[in-house]
Amino acid sequence: MPVPYRTDQQEGILAETVMIAGHNGDQIRAFYARPTAPGPVPGVVLVHHAPGWSDWYKEATLRFARRGYSAICANLYERTGHGTVEDVTVMVRAAGGVPDAQVVGDTVSAARFLKQQSNATGKVGIIGSCSGGRHTYLTACQSDEFAAAVDLWGGGVVAKPEDLNEKRPVAPIDLTAHLSCPLLGLFGNEDRAPSPEQVDQHEAALKQHGKQYEFHRYDGAGHGFFYYDRPPYRQEQAMDGWGKVWEFFERHLT
Amino acid sequence: MCTNIVEQTPVTGAARGERGWFKVKTALVSYDHPVRLTDEHALNIDLLSDALSERIAIELDATSARALVASIDEALRQAEAMDAIV
Repeated sequence: MPVPYRTDQQEGILAETVMIAGHNGDQIRAFYARPTAPGPVPGVVLVHHAPGWSDWYKEATLRFARRGYSAICANLYERTGHGTVEDVTVMVRAAGGVPDAQVVGDTVSAARFLKQQSNATGKVGIIGSCSGGRHTYLTACQSDEFAAAVDLWGGGVVAKPEDLNEKRPVAPIDLTAHLSCPLLGLFGNEDRAPSPEQVDQHEAALKQHGKQYEFHRYDGAGHGFFYYDRPPYRQEQAMDGWGKVWEFFERHLT
Repeated sequence: MCTNIVEQTPVTGAARGERGWFKVKTALVSYDHPVRLTDEHALNIDLLSDALSERIAIELDATSARALVASIDEALRQAEAMDAIV
């Protein structure tokens, strides 16, 4: 969508739940939204956060479609079962989360789904917040399907050995040498996971490996400052951050 | 931040949900993002039957959670004092 939007412009998006082949070929649900314009259009994969396949993520998916991207957000908790988002999230919490390898597999599958569509340019970006930010970074380090990645305050990129387990066997920062695309990172200076010190460590690793990245750190913001439905929302920082996301994806995907 | 703090314990009890009473098999206690409470983090208690069939959810701020723990301890102490716990 051209920015700024013109009032005489024809708009149209289609959005629906689809089934895609996820990790290991498992059938999983995904929320898929795309412009009705003939295209071709670039794609964006959204990686949802620990609170699940939530309304915020569905609405963010629509937002990308309205901006002219083919966008998809896979249900990373599909295998846990179905109920309200809250119920499913509690069961995932009880199970200690979902395995990293499964999330990466599902996310790469979502990117391939977008690339297979007739309106695709073949360029796909990835974005996620909170645990989804960590999974975004992990996926961009383990796959070359993406042309740009956006990590929104991903916690646990820097991890101590005692934080690792069977489901999370590797600290994402240790995979930095394999980061396959440019990275945008947005962080709140009042966040504790990632703390400003952890963001420093992450940035040092990116520099050490000569990776293309840009980090922006916001005063007066903590964790989740984009979430307009929660107390951490910070209007000024969120609007600036969204501007950086649009500019970054436009530069690398269009 | 997501704390990922979660404790899980098997329990024997009953709770009243949307469809009436059900047997509680598991208590899940976490200190992480709440769904409804406006605090960034809360002490979340989920009393579960099995799978996703029934659930009771409670979200408390830390002060309230500690007060609840103290109340439970005190009630149990009084019950023990009168040999009411078998």
